[in-house]
Amino acid sequence: MYPETFRYTKEHEWVLVEGDTGTVGITDHAQKELGDIVYVDLPKLGVTLAKGATFGSVESVKAVSDIYAPISGEVLETNSLLAAAPEKLNEDPHGAAWLVKIKLSDPSEIEQLMTVAEYQTYIGA
Amino acid sequence: MVKKVRSHISQNEQLLFEMSSPGKKGYQLPDLDVPVVDPAAALGGQAVRKEIEGFPEVSEVEVIRHFTRLSTWNYAIDLGMYPLGSCTMKYNPRVNEQVARTEGLAWAHPYQPESLAQGMMEVIAALEGALAEITGMDAVTLQPAAGAHGEMTGILLIRAALEKQGNPRKKVLCPDSAHGTNPATAQMVGYDVVNIKSNDLGMVDVAELVKAVDGDTAALMVTNPNTVGVFEEHIVQVAEVLHSKGAMIYMDGANMNALVGVARPGDFGVDVMHLNLHKTFSTPHGGGGPGAGAVAMKAHLEPFAPTPRLKFENGLYGWDYNRPDTIGRVRAFYGNFGVLVRALAYIMAHGGPGLRNATMDAILNANYIRKGLEAFFDLPYQSPCMHEVVFSDDRQTKKGVKTGDIAKRLIDYGFHPYTVSFPLIVHGALMIEPTETESKAEIDLFIDAMQSIAREIDEDPQMVLKAPYTTRTSRVDETTAARKPIVRWKPSPAAS
Amino acid sequence: MLGAIGVSHIDELIAHIPAEARLNRPLDIPAGKSEFDIVDYFRERGDRGANGYPTFLGAGVYRHFRPVVADVIVQRSEFLTSYTPYQAEIAQGTLTQIFEFQTMVCQLTGMEVANASMYDGSTAVPEAAMMAVRITGRNKTLVARTVHPEYREVLDTYTKHQGMPVAELGYDAETGRLDMADLAAKIDSDTACVIIQSPNFFGTVEELDALAELVHSKGALLVYVFTEAVSLGLLQPPLQADIVVGELQSFCISPAYGGPFAGIIATKEKFIRQIPGRLVGETKDTEGRRAFCLTLSTREQHIRREKATSNICTNQALIALMGTVYLSLFGKEGLRELAVQNLSKAHYLGSHFEPRFSGAYFNEFVARVGDPEALNAKLLDEKIIGGLPLGKYYPELADSMLLCATEMTKKPEMDKLLAVAGRSK
Repeated sequence: MYPETFRYTKEHEWVLVEGDTGTVGITDHAQKELGDIVYVDLPKLGVTLAKGATFGSVESVKAVSDIYAPISGEVLETNSLLAAAPEKLNEDPHGAAWLVKIKLSDPSEIEQLMTVAEYQTYIGA
Repeated sequence: MVKKVRSHISQNEQLLFEMSSPGKKGYQLPDLDVPVVDPAAALGGQAVRKEIEGFPEVSEVEVIRHFTRLSTWNYAIDLGMYPLGSCTMKYNPRVNEQVARTEGLAWAHPYQPESLAQGMMEVIAALEGALAEITGMDAVTLQPAAGAHGEMTGILLIRAALEKQGNPRKKVLCPDSAHGTNPATAQMVGYDVVNIKSNDLGMVDVAELVKAVDGDTAALMVTNPNTVGVFEEHIVQVAEVLHSKGAMIYMDGANMNALVGVARPGDFGVDVMHLNLHKTFSTPHGGGGPGAGAVAMKAHLEPFAPTPRLKFENGLYGWDYNRPDTIGRVRAFYGNFGVLVRALAYIMAHGGPGLRNATMDAILNANYIRKGLEAFFDLPYQSPCMHEVVFSDDRQTKKGVKTGDIAKRLIDYGFHPYTVSFPLIVHGALMIEPTETESKAEIDLFIDAMQSIAREIDEDPQMVLKAPYTTRTSRVDETTAARKPIVRWKPSPAAS
Repeated sequence: MLGAIGVSHIDELIAHIPAEARLNRPLDIPAGKSEFDIVDYFRERGDRGANGYPTFLGAGVYRHFRPVVADVIVQRSEFLTSYTPYQAEIAQGTLTQIFEFQTMVCQLTGMEVANASMYDGSTAVPEAAMMAVRITGRNKTLVARTVHPEYREVLDTYTKHQGMPVAELGYDAETGRLDMADLAAKIDSDTACVIIQSPNFFGTVEELDALAELVHSKGALLVYVFTEAVSLGLLQPPLQADIVVGELQSFCISPAYGGPFAGIIATKEKFIRQIPGRLVGETKDTEGRRAFCLTLSTREQHIRREKATSNICTNQALIALMGTVYLSLFGKEGLRELAVQNLSKAHYLGSHFEPRFSGAYFNEFVARVGDPEALNAKLLDEKIIGGLPLGKYYPELADSMLLCATEMTKKPEMDKLLAVAGRSK
């Protein structure tokens, strides 16, 4: 269920680092808690994110959840799929429904995030 | 045995635009007694529109039928109990509607000479006086259009008074049980919002509060009784904590129906508060408005009240625009006057003793419901309740049924749902406010219905999950509405 | 009931309220009155008003005839005494009607989306400015001095503490329209929006094309305000605007000494998530039937709390219903005919004065009369309420008054006013 290659946050984001690029999304646990997702608000390209700062939000019919940057860096790409099909976030949160790609400014930050084993313990899975 | 099960009328009715046919009309204008002016000549041809595309064309009978049919798809106070917590859905006396239509009042122009507006100003003065007495405050402004608008006015008053002292300060404290309008309001007035945790009695935690209040605190926004229906027993102490640091206390008066004639915010330390005239004072909700949000304040905030202020000099009322410290206007003209008329009529009909009786009946009804349902639903706070009682769906969730589902099933029993999932500090809240309007007979039917649903959940939770069964529409798909918003009618491509 | 609860006296239910917080005396409010007394009280106060006086006041509140049917519909229990339609299955009546209302507002204004209504026109103006700030990420607002003076005061109150500086734009002394040179001088890259009213406070119709082009060339939004909704029956819809706000009082709402009224806010589809207040959307029920519900509520205060688009909660549903019924009675042709009657009456009156401004006007205009207060006093002696003296709001126009005529203004009344003013031809 939860990929080994990802690192996780307590706020239920995941990040996959490849070279100096990090792909960020929310976890399956997060999408289940939110219920049917109806809208995803993502940052503009080129914005610099600081680790732990909010950079967007995910909305269900009656709730809004902020999304926090798991790592610092500049936004390279946002997932255009989500504007037309927010429901993808319910269907494939670890794959097609990634949120943003970030150019990492400090790759060592990744070490502060949870491993898959730690995250699964954290959510009691 | 379940005594009340009703079905709703189910009819097909098109939208006005779909039933329209060219040339139909439902009006007759008088003959023009002056020469007709050619719009193109008067305004310039470029400025004149050809037509209002898609606008309906229907007859008077079609209009009457259309809206009457639509009306039958609504639930209403006049049909039965409306136990929405924090919304105070009480009977809306019809005499209020009649007096609001009194010709000289209904057709009064806000700019007509003050000599011809004395009657309106007397009404305003009478209502200001009554509300000051009810709240224990020194002054009242009736300009705000609604509760949230009153909140904004109140926080602006606090900001202006602090600014006058030299420092507007930076933050406003809101308990985690607060209405969403409170933090939204503080934000609009330029304050940072700090949330304060409630204690396990559902009240403001005084120790937490003491820690949070400092020289940067402008105010605490508190609802009393709070949104779990509990009177803040330490309210006097809470006010002292704030005042000792030069901060103020704002009271959200949404739950004032529990206090009228029993306790006065002005006596327990509140500096400024709003009243929802469409809750406590019986003016109709009308499907979402209009309301009115009177703001009552202590004397030290009065110099900052919105302009104009009503004054009385040499035996005449007038509007005072010369108010150097005012926060300014929050609305054009003088407020929702038509709503004010209704609220004053309500106060006159009850009188002082009657108002207190209404409060006590509202409290009695809530406690009676609490007793009748506490064996069936979890009660997260054991504190004594005032005019509303909050249960949680913890027991029912184990069967996969949530507060929203119970609410939908209640519709099949002929009642409007209670307030669902609020306050946020109660997991899966069922917030029930019967008001003084309901008789014991109606409340017994309600308790009966709720108990019956609790049993249904034990026996057949799936059945409850699919409710309601008796309404014009089955459950409405709110997810699709939000994902692909369609917020206006358009002609279908095939038709055009 | 007391027995079931387990108390012996009703006052035990409030025993937990601390003694120092309790009221230990009766309220000082006279005992309850009969229905007769109440009706009589208000009738007596109404009678001391201006019953039967012809009036030439407009300035944001207009006298229009109210068809009987509209008032009958709003007194239906199911509309009058229902709550906000959060429970869609038992509120389809209100929801369907609001959807129709939103559609009509779009048709009238040429916008793509409209909300379920605002408190009134005046409070819709700052909401539009706040919306423009969110959309553009800029903070400055420019507002024409010809926007209703009380609306501008409300704008100041709202924006004061939100880091939103507001500056005013002058008017052209010849035409009464916006001073384009002043706009060109003041608009810059920090300007979020430019707010204009049309017909403006002087009754003058603004010319939008050049104005909109300039505003948009600077990356700002154009906010169009109206106070006289009947003008939309005749004037081009303000397609050049990005946000349209206005007051619906003209659509069957009694003047009622200034309220309750209803405001509208409408905009382009792409800004839908920035619109404040309640919105109704179309959807289906589980059986696939058309149904309506409140939607996009995550913008609102009850969910987003301090991050909401506005603190607004209440809308003016019943007033909007009255407007919807009114508009369906008048319909496509009727609204235009009504507007033509307003235009004709005002121009009959206006043709006897030298209008202060040369710009085209709809149903009110500025007349130079020398001493407006003195003229109004003379008219009052004849039981006529004259126009609005403008000196209080525009010191440079102290010799002028704003006169309004609607379909309810009769020719003999106008002739009498003209006679008193010495303007009979």
